[in-house]
Amino acid sequence: MTPSIDRSSPTAHEGEHHPVGLEFVRFVPLERGIHATMVVSFLSLALTGMTLKFSYTPWARAISHLLGGFETAGNIHRFAALVMFSIFVTHLVSLRNLKNREYGGSWLALVLGPNSMVPMLKDGKEFVATIKWFLGKGQRPQYGRWTYWEKFDYFAVFWGIFIIGSTGLTLWFPILFTRILPGWFINLATIIHSDEALLATGFIFTVHFFNTHLRPEKFPMDVVVFTGQMPLAELKRDKPLEYELLHSKGEIKRHLAEAHPEIVVKAIRVFAWVALSIGFSIVVGIIYAMIFAYR
Amino acid sequence: MSKHAWRAKQTPMEPAPPRQSLPLRGFPAWFPGLILTLAVLLCSASAWAASDSETCLACHGNKGMSTKHGAKVVSLFVDGKRFSPSVHSGVGCTGCHSDLDVKNLPHGKPAKVTCGNCHTQEQELYAKSLHGKAASRGDQLAPHCVDCHGNHDILPVKDKKSAVAPLSIPFLCGKCHQEGTAVAKRQDIGQHNILENYTESIHGEALLKKGLSVAANCASCHTAHSILPHTDPNSSIARRNIAATCTKCHSQIEAVHRKTIRGELWEKEANVLPACVDCHQPHKVRQVFYDFGMANADCMRCHSNPNLKAKDGRTMLVNDIEVAGSRHAKIACSQCHSEVNVSHVRPCETITHKVECSKCHEAVGEDFGRSIHGQLTAKNDANAPGCKDCHGTHGILGKVDPRSTTFPTNIPGLCSKCHSEGKKAALRYTGTQHNIITNYTESIHGKGLLESGLTVTATCTSCHTAHRILPAKDPTSTVNPANVPTTCGKCHIGIEAQFVNSVHSPTVTSTTKELPVCSTCHTAHTIRRTDEAGFELGIMNTCGRCHAEVAKTYFDTYHGKVSRLGYTKAAKCYDCHGSHDIANVNDPRSHLSRANVVQTCRKCHASATRRFAGYLTHATHHDPKKYPILFFAFWAMTGLLVGTFLVGGIHTILWLPRAFQMRRELKEAEAREEAALLAEAEAEGEPPSPPSEKR
Repeated sequence: MTPSIDRSSPTAHEGEHHPVGLEFVRFVPLERGIHATMVVSFLSLALTGMTLKFSYTPWARAISHLLGGFETAGNIHRFAALVMFSIFVTHLVSLRNLKNREYGGSWLALVLGPNSMVPMLKDGKEFVATIKWFLGKGQRPQYGRWTYWEKFDYFAVFWGIFIIGSTGLTLWFPILFTRILPGWFINLATIIHSDEALLATGFIFTVHFFNTHLRPEKFPMDVVVFTGQMPLAELKRDKPLEYELLHSKGEIKRHLAEAHPEIVVKAIRVFAWVALSIGFSIVVGIIYAMIFAYR
Repeated sequence: MSKHAWRAKQTPMEPAPPRQSLPLRGFPAWFPGLILTLAVLLCSASAWAASDSETCLACHGNKGMSTKHGAKVVSLFVDGKRFSPSVHSGVGCTGCHSDLDVKNLPHGKPAKVTCGNCHTQEQELYAKSLHGKAASRGDQLAPHCVDCHGNHDILPVKDKKSAVAPLSIPFLCGKCHQEGTAVAKRQDIGQHNILENYTESIHGEALLKKGLSVAANCASCHTAHSILPHTDPNSSIARRNIAATCTKCHSQIEAVHRKTIRGELWEKEANVLPACVDCHQPHKVRQVFYDFGMANADCMRCHSNPNLKAKDGRTMLVNDIEVAGSRHAKIACSQCHSEVNVSHVRPCETITHKVECSKCHEAVGEDFGRSIHGQLTAKNDANAPGCKDCHGTHGILGKVDPRSTTFPTNIPGLCSKCHSEGKKAALRYTGTQHNIITNYTESIHGKGLLESGLTVTATCTSCHTAHRILPAKDPTSTVNPANVPTTCGKCHIGIEAQFVNSVHSPTVTSTTKELPVCSTCHTAHTIRRTDEAGFELGIMNTCGRCHAEVAKTYFDTYHGKVSRLGYTKAAKCYDCHGSHDIANVNDPRSHLSRANVVQTCRKCHASATRRFAGYLTHATHHDPKKYPILFFAFWAMTGLLVGTFLVGGIHTILWLPRAFQMRRELKEAEAREEAALLAEAEAEGEPPSPPSEKR
């Protein structure tokens, strides 16, 4: 395509000419793949888990039946859990690779750098500033690579995998675990696993969906995590600090790539909507089970 | 009293012949005189005797003649008109009252008459008898000769008016030996309602209703004077003597008696008769019918006519082939329809009652009378079933005949005639069981019986009995909850043995609450296979009816939740607690006792350990006292959840207005840019540039 003047934003900097049709790459393919896989495994876990937790409701029985009966649902659940564990491990490995590649092999640099997921003072300040902005008492803060809510979502997964995973393993191999732990730990694990999962799924299907995918300014949906790319102007608007940082280092060009074919984007949207619908239905089912049919 | 006087015959007094010398050849002259004197003496003796009675009767013939014994007035009247025809009239008064001197009148109190002075044998026998011994003891109730025979009016035994005539004997003995008399109240002789029973018995009926005077009366068996208790080896009714007593009349009994009774030989020793009373109750000798007199052919003369109808239009045709093929083939018509009278041209016109099956089937009849069917019959309930409603009439086949209505596989159909929905028994039924027959047919018993033809399986009569059917409310009913384990245990012996020792049995647990029995968990008529998924999963609700709290907590556990999704292999109540052998946890026999619990877990978790068995199967996070850690953990997690949602939710809600604002601004910016580009294109005359990036 013949490069022409970037008309994508009236605030484009002078001297910068980026070809139209190219987009900023925010997530590399591995990251996109991990997130998509995580979506699938998370939904599987949620669906099969909730049919057991709420087995007293008719919808749970119907879905359990649809999935091939209780035993099959259980196998799906355990398989998806294994997938989740492997995602976790893959992510840790990729973090190590990132560290080596871009941070000179230093964990500290990774953890304390500007692109770190670790919550810092700046996030606290941004949180306060955001609340002020919500209440009309201030300007929208200039966010960097990761906003505080994204960091929260990130560590929520860590927390979730740790808590739900460990209790889940206890429930999966009770005899093994009760070699060391007392028998009533199984009871405890049941409560913690069940309630933490409820928290996780409820949160993801409501707050996370809104924060990341369904914000009105992004309506109908923000699929950047799956496509991996976003228009440069969006980057500039949403993450101005990051844009500035990259721009100052002249690294924007490095992060540009061709937009995906429409069909790919369409397919991704379909996937996203399906996942969203499943998630919403689960939330509706949970609300029904907990408020109207509770036993 | 001289012997000569006794020998006097009971002939009217002859006048003395005139004195005259009769010339007799060869005899001395004084011979006729001697003869004459002797004759005179003889006659005067009887005359003396006769005039003796007359003398006595001169005073004692007076109706008002009496004396005083202390305060009592005793009549001394003797009715000469009754004494004259009596057996003792020839003996005269002094024949018995021999201590009296007729010459010196008035005489003093006479001694008691000893009949044994003449009747020695009888007196001896009497003295040894029960009556005699009682009399010699001075027992006021003991009978003396006079109590049975009378005194001045004793008639010969053959005279119908005699007090001891055969037809009078039952009433004579019955004066003392009937219910309510002083004798009956004082002595318990082991036999009751003797008179009533005897009257109904074959002997009594023959004697009293048909006037057959040779039929056995009391004295025939007990003898007249030698009445002894059956424990006395000399008694006519002692066990070893009974056969001899009965064969006095039934002399040919050995030849005609049935040789086997109830599968046993009648004569236990060869040619030694058994004690008749072993089978034939002494006073209640049952009526046995013999097919003499009213032959079946006589009945069939009319009853083989297909046009024969009763007044109400019912057919009176009897299918004698049917009868011949039935269990009653060897029994004559008149044995059941016993009210026929052979002497009538139409013998059946004397039939007033329905056939009484219990005449032969006594025990069954007694049972039936106590049953609810029998009670309704006694109340003349129109819907009450009688014998023939279930068994039929002329075509009764035994219950081992597959064609019989009472053959096991036919029984549900039989009972359903009244007890299926919409039929007469179901309409008045007020209990909890409905669609009984339909349910039973689908149940494991029903399928076994009707689909697989397993005739030993439980049918209606197995549990409800055939003739002792009573409603469950009745404490003697076989289906009363207290009796259900015994009823089911008739076949399920092992289970009953287990159940009786389990915690659900009243012998182990004493409680005011209702304990479950077989039908509580298995139901009465919808008993299903216990390895069916429906039963296995349904049992938890059954246990939960009484154990509501632990059932709830069970459903909070993995086992419970998974069972609700239809998984039958997860542990259900009975997998851990057992089913019929449930014992208290503290009982060493319990599946969940400390010693046994790991083994129980190992039924499914092959490598379970003791610590694993420490899992709390009925733990709940709702109980802070019993399970504080779980309670705390639950509320901590809930708090976390609520807190997270609160923060996240509020954050999101607050974001919304800003988000919409941003959206509006973006749209406006887009629109402006679009306008600018279009304007630029217009101005330059160049083809319009591609529009800005679509999202």
